[in-house]
Amino acid sequence: MSPASASLSFPRHLLGIEGMSRPEIERLLDMAEEAVNVSRQVEKRRSVLRGRTLINLFFEASTRTQASFELAGKRLGADVMNMSVSTSSVSKGETLIDTAVTLNAMRPDLIVVRHNHSGAVNLLARKVSCAVINAGDGSHEHPTQALLDALTIRRNKGRIEGLIVAICGDVLHSRVARSNIISLATLGARVRVVAPSTLLPVGIERFGVEVHRSMESGIRDADIVMMLRIQRERMEGAFLPSLKEFAQFFGLDDDKLKWAKPDALVMHPGPMNRGVEISSSVADGPRSLITEQVEMGVAVRMAVLEALAQHLPNG
Amino acid sequence: MDEGKILACGAEVTSANIGSDAAVVDCRGLHLAPGLIDMRVFIGEPGASHRETIATVSAAAAAGGVTTMLATPETSPPVDGSATVDYIMRRARDNAKVRIGVCAALTKGLAGQEIAEIGSLGLAGAIAFSNGSQSVRSSQVMRRAMTYARDFDALVMHYAEDADMARAGVMNEGEFAARLGLAGIPREAEVIVLDRDMRLVELTGARYHAELVTTSLSLEIIRRAKGKGLPVTCGTSINHLTLNENDIGDYRTFLKMSPPLRSEDERLALVEGLADGTIDVIVSDHNPQDVETKRVPFSEAAYGAIGVETILAAGLRLVHAGKVSLPQLVSAMTIRPAEILRLPQGRLAKGAPADLVVFDPDEPFVVDPVELHSRSKNTPFDEARLQGRVKHTFVNGAAVWTERARA
Repeated sequence: MSPASASLSFPRHLLGIEGMSRPEIERLLDMAEEAVNVSRQVEKRRSVLRGRTLINLFFEASTRTQASFELAGKRLGADVMNMSVSTSSVSKGETLIDTAVTLNAMRPDLIVVRHNHSGAVNLLARKVSCAVINAGDGSHEHPTQALLDALTIRRNKGRIEGLIVAICGDVLHSRVARSNIISLATLGARVRVVAPSTLLPVGIERFGVEVHRSMESGIRDADIVMMLRIQRERMEGAFLPSLKEFAQFFGLDDDKLKWAKPDALVMHPGPMNRGVEISSSVADGPRSLITEQVEMGVAVRMAVLEALAQHLPNG
Repeated sequence: MDEGKILACGAEVTSANIGSDAAVVDCRGLHLAPGLIDMRVFIGEPGASHRETIATVSAAAAAGGVTTMLATPETSPPVDGSATVDYIMRRARDNAKVRIGVCAALTKGLAGQEIAEIGSLGLAGAIAFSNGSQSVRSSQVMRRAMTYARDFDALVMHYAEDADMARAGVMNEGEFAARLGLAGIPREAEVIVLDRDMRLVELTGARYHAELVTTSLSLEIIRRAKGKGLPVTCGTSINHLTLNENDIGDYRTFLKMSPPLRSEDERLALVEGLADGTIDVIVSDHNPQDVETKRVPFSEAAYGAIGVETILAAGLRLVHAGKVSLPQLVSAMTIRPAEILRLPQGRLAKGAPADLVVFDPDEPFVVDPVELHSRSKNTPFDEARLQGRVKHTFVNGAAVWTERARA
């Protein structure tokens, strides 16, 4: 291995964007571009992960992320097993380590984990000997979402450096927001967060973002408007007077979108609350990248699996 | 020493006059201090002997130079009846190497709704009253409890925290919590209740001790109250004086505490508050948790850390850093708690109980949880380098700890 490629060597796990360097992220995006081409062919199957076992371990329900990882694994030739563990039915925390140890004994090569508590995937990664990919932990990180968003932006704008990206909505509870803030800032974008103060974490201004409390100032001259899902299920306590009021002030519709650059594009990690954070006409309109994000999701996950596979024993 | 009392101390004691039958402990190069008094220790009995027992916690205390512990009432059942006070005192008499004082519940069942039987609990032997880590939410109940306690000249100790504001949070609110994606607890959760309590002290005249103050804003409140001459004292934990929120690092659950570890600025303010006397007392807030409640995701993990065995060595960090003097540190663990609890120990004086600790303030060591005596191993100083070793501990004139020779 040459020194240059050694410096780009990928860590054993993908637990978060935090700590990743710009060249590391860009290399993954480059690999994902190739995966896009593979996925658009009739013959989509490659053999990078032939003989490998990938387990999708989801402690929190998710259709699209789980399906995306499943397809990514299968296209690379891995055997994929999906496990959904309901956290409510089992006695909380012990199950996480117990499950990790049990699964580890089955000798998987890769485990993709989603969990409703921040840090749970880091904890699990310490207990297993295989590679671990964070598919979203609590309000902490969702690194593959940030990578797919970066890829989508790069393909549509030709660059990320210097773009104004406005991340709007429930930043407080959003792991997508955290990973995207770190990723896009690392890649040289000007990142804004736009939300009512009750949906912004205390200390957000120290993330190197511009903080806006109104959509008009927040998306003015933006190149990308990224809407976040309102996490109704995490709304413990009075964060908002009503979804209706939120939609009125922070929901993205055609009128508000006029404040952004004429060629601004719109993103959403899904699933959407139509009529709340985003109107149907924007979501389904010509400036929406939402379905392309889904396609890029599979590609980015293929790239991540391939990068991690390089570290697997006998790889 | 004789009959458990200090007969004489200082330069008047010489090899010529101690008498031929006296046992002499050679303490050359070491420091002698009154045995430490720790005002906030969870002793595990009754109801949680899987986490700690009186035997294990007192062994930990002896090894740490702590000769008196005040047991928190948050047991199962809580210490809200005379029988429970009596039970703990008997168990302590039979199983403890060090002294255990009982802090009884301020409200029945610690529920914050009805005043506990402060009079009879006091007669049974309780020396202070606290609501454990359940702050009394109702101002009216708190007012009545303090008014009633005042009649008995009882010490009301309180953990000030606004339960609504703190409920969802698991660590200090701020940038670091935001980065970890963890819900934060603002400083104001502590300050709002502490502020209320000061009004109630002024209204009722009760003797009040804020058990754990952890913010600079709280210190302002305490300074103001003391300036007015109110009967108010306060303590903080060794953890809040020597650790900060960044020590949580990669979701280390042993650093999950209540109140949460604060920012470095707040920690420095606490150290200053200790140096200027605003903070009267340092406690370990010893809270043993078994591994099953700590090996879970951070938000689900139990609160608390053990600390009675490392309180002196951890505190010496502040001395070695030049932030407080050795006498300032030691008095916050000896004479000040003794004065607040009105105990005769905590001083080196003729006629005082012969509770003593002999220590080397400089000897370095690495904290190894396996060597700690507590039944639980949730120390936040896991593998930390500390300086200061307890060599001998005496309670009532009898040796309860002598450090064995190290290889």
